[in-house]
Amino acid sequence: MATHEISITVNGGARKAQVESRLLLVHLLRESFRLTGTHIGCDTTHCGACTVLLDGQPVKSCTVLAVQADGREVTTVEGLERDGKLHPVQEGFWEKHGLQCGYCTPGMMMTSCALLARTKEPSEQDIREAISGNLCRCTGYVNIVQAIQYAAAKMRER
Amino acid sequence: MEPKTSAQVCGMGHSMKRKEDPRFIRGRGNYVDDIQLPGMLHMDIVRSPFAHAKIKSINGDKALKVPGVLAVITGETLAKYNLHWMPTLMSDTQMVLPTEKVMYQAQEVAAVIATDRYTAADGVEAVEVDYEPLPVVVDPFQALQPGAPVLRTDKKDKKDNRIFHWEAGDRAATDQAFAQADVVVKQDMYIPRIHVASIETCGCVADFDRVTGKLTVYMTTQAPHAIRTVFALVAGHVGLSEEKIRIVSPDIGGGFGGKVPVYPGYVIAVAASVVIGKPVKWVEDRMENLQADSFARDYHIHAELAAKKDGTMTALKIKTVADHGYTDAAANPSKFPAGLYSIVTGSYDLKRAFAEVDGVYTNKPPGGIAYRCSFRVTEAVHCIERITDVLAQELKMDPAELRMKNFIPKEKFPYKSALGWEYDSGDYHAALQKALDKIGYAELRKEQAEKRARGELMGIGISSFTEIVGAGPSKQFDILGIKMFDSAEIRVHPTGKAIARFGTKSQGQGHETTYAQIVAEELGIPAAHVQVEEGDTDTAPYGLGTYASRSTPTAGAAGAMAARKIREKAKKIAAHLLECSEDDLVWEPGKFSVKGSPQRSKTIQDIALAAYTNHPQGMEAGLEATSYYDPPNLTFPFGSYVCVVDIDRGTGMVKIRRFVAVDDCGNIINPMIVDGQIHGGLAMGMAPALFEEISYDEDGNVQGGSFMDYLLPTAMETPSWELDKTVTPSPHHPFGAKGVGESATVGAPPAIVNAVVDALAHLGVKHVDIPMTPERVWKILKEKGVAE
Repeated sequence: MATHEISITVNGGARKAQVESRLLLVHLLRESFRLTGTHIGCDTTHCGACTVLLDGQPVKSCTVLAVQADGREVTTVEGLERDGKLHPVQEGFWEKHGLQCGYCTPGMMMTSCALLARTKEPSEQDIREAISGNLCRCTGYVNIVQAIQYAAAKMRER
Repeated sequence: MEPKTSAQVCGMGHSMKRKEDPRFIRGRGNYVDDIQLPGMLHMDIVRSPFAHAKIKSINGDKALKVPGVLAVITGETLAKYNLHWMPTLMSDTQMVLPTEKVMYQAQEVAAVIATDRYTAADGVEAVEVDYEPLPVVVDPFQALQPGAPVLRTDKKDKKDNRIFHWEAGDRAATDQAFAQADVVVKQDMYIPRIHVASIETCGCVADFDRVTGKLTVYMTTQAPHAIRTVFALVAGHVGLSEEKIRIVSPDIGGGFGGKVPVYPGYVIAVAASVVIGKPVKWVEDRMENLQADSFARDYHIHAELAAKKDGTMTALKIKTVADHGYTDAAANPSKFPAGLYSIVTGSYDLKRAFAEVDGVYTNKPPGGIAYRCSFRVTEAVHCIERITDVLAQELKMDPAELRMKNFIPKEKFPYKSALGWEYDSGDYHAALQKALDKIGYAELRKEQAEKRARGELMGIGISSFTEIVGAGPSKQFDILGIKMFDSAEIRVHPTGKAIARFGTKSQGQGHETTYAQIVAEELGIPAAHVQVEEGDTDTAPYGLGTYASRSTPTAGAAGAMAARKIREKAKKIAAHLLECSEDDLVWEPGKFSVKGSPQRSKTIQDIALAAYTNHPQGMEAGLEATSYYDPPNLTFPFGSYVCVVDIDRGTGMVKIRRFVAVDDCGNIINPMIVDGQIHGGLAMGMAPALFEEISYDEDGNVQGGSFMDYLLPTAMETPSWELDKTVTPSPHHPFGAKGVGESATVGAPPAIVNAVVDALAHLGVKHVDIPMTPERVWKILKEKGVAE
């Protein structure tokens, strides 16, 4: 199996890795870089538990090869907190009980971050559409919507 | 209910932010697949493409030539240790790996152990298996026909495919009541196979230490202690002894009942680790999870309800065929083969009832796990709430009025049901009235009439369910003979902080928060200062785990009882410190003071310090207690749900416009968490009503075995649930709670079906089976000539 040397910026830090062609980005993050906050929930790109930001865009990292991330920037849930301060989306999920088992949460938060980066005042419908590629089995989504609304309000204050 | 404690103490009634969340929102949870041990190997599984086939040979030679593949494990390998079969919780048997034949598609056939997960998958591809297909039995009714192929040929004396026949109630008296009835309605309904599909699949890391002989298994289990005992009983003959087994259930990414059973993968991973002497990780992928893990439901129900002309229900008769797949591996710790199905008389004062269930083998994976409910309660509630609406339609009565007429009145509690349960408490009229008022029922009926006149399809559906949870009293429940108590152990430290350990295991329910609040309520120690731990069998007291909404009714109760033992000792210490008699002391949360002179008092923190530094002579040091709580009865949460749907005549799409849920789970520990449980439960009630089904074609090929076809609701289909509550405490629970995790999943589906049928009732529709997909509904619209 051919291997490739790749360079990726992960959560602001430069990383290098020697990877097989077939290695998925999610496995590179989880197993080589030990960033286990990004989860795996399906094999078919439906559940969104593995969502990370690739150059600021939300992608399902189970459907991206590690080599495709070469020379690009990846942000994972571990990169949300800055200088000991939670990201407003993290605050919102905690404040509004937007999570239960916590398994879909990192992917859900990364999708939320991408939404709020492009839309300052999303409507409930905007939020529901944005997270429709992220499955949650615990919350029934109501509190996730509220968590994102909370984060949006916080981000507008800043 | 006003909280008794301050916001700082945060006892019951406070919407405390969850203590577990700081790690989850940072991506610092620790799930099974996050665990990486030195030298760890990976396991992947070869699965059968056939639903029923003889295995002629398995050849692992090519797989063993793949660099990094270390072993190929087959049934023959395990048979050397007599580990190729294992018992199920229902005293049936289940293959770990087959030696003769496979019984369902996706069944485990062999396992490959390799240095990483990609190589293990390569190895699986390279294993060669030669199958000889056998006749497949998919339909449970056909399975019961004389001459059907007998599937369990491993059972020497088995001559048919019937697993059990079970009956409850008085058949003769029920028949007599039917003979005297003014009206009898009958309805067949099918509750299809569904899968809990927690977003985290199942898996484990088995780590056997050859030097110490200790086996540690990190696994996705809702019941770690029971698993430890099962392992010791099943593998005792190969030297695994219970004190050398440690089961750790780390953070669990959703359970819902799917993480109660012992799946073959766990056992193979353990066997591999013991044989190889290195840690072995097995984590199933989503398709394996959907196709091979245990299923819920699959009940073919025939229901009959008898009534007087005025709508008074008089008797209920149920006949059911239960498809269990190839083995009865139901996660059902009750003493009844059909679990708690006999709650089927529901919320109604039915004097006569009779229910019978036949369990059947078919060429499908094991069924009979719960999907977020106690054992078969959802099937029961679906049945009674649906047949109630069928009766309303027959009598041309309003379904709300019919329910109000037949509810068990609140003064009749505790109420003994016709099928033998003693309901603890309830006020069904109040819950339904609240739901009707909140949704504006009368106005909705007017709107519906107007819309109907215009040809628009709108329906209103009601479900007034009675749950039965908190398994359970040892007279009705056990696992391998172990009674279904649960436990708590609390230790108060010298500085007045505490650690509390429980025999249950949260999978998202928020135990680290709610259990801390229970301790805070009982002892006045701030919940922030109570560290809650569960899931490690080396440290937690023995318990039976979390499912069946049992954590609050059992372990939560144990927490309160342990805390009360601590309070008794604290009182003695306080009397010593205050130099008074114990009888002169009064307790308020967090403090003992002397009657009549409240300035003379000692806080729980003062007392904790004294327990280690200045306790009375003759008293042992320390401030801790353990409780094993065997509940005297189950608890019976209830509620009334009202759902409004609009149906698109062009597509058959059912849209839930509004859903009002009035729940009563007794006294509430954390209102925010209770609401979250209900939100999630409603989504998991809507899911099978509208989307989810795992079906099989005639060759036993699974349909819907991935998220491509098995549709979980997204935020787009899920409405904004509208919640309200009534509070009717359980009279027998130490703090009046009932449990809430599953009420909504149990109660919601018939509300949605009743709404859809109501929307179509004027067209002569009396019943629609679930899932009510656009295709299924559109076909009805087409048949009735109203499809656009």
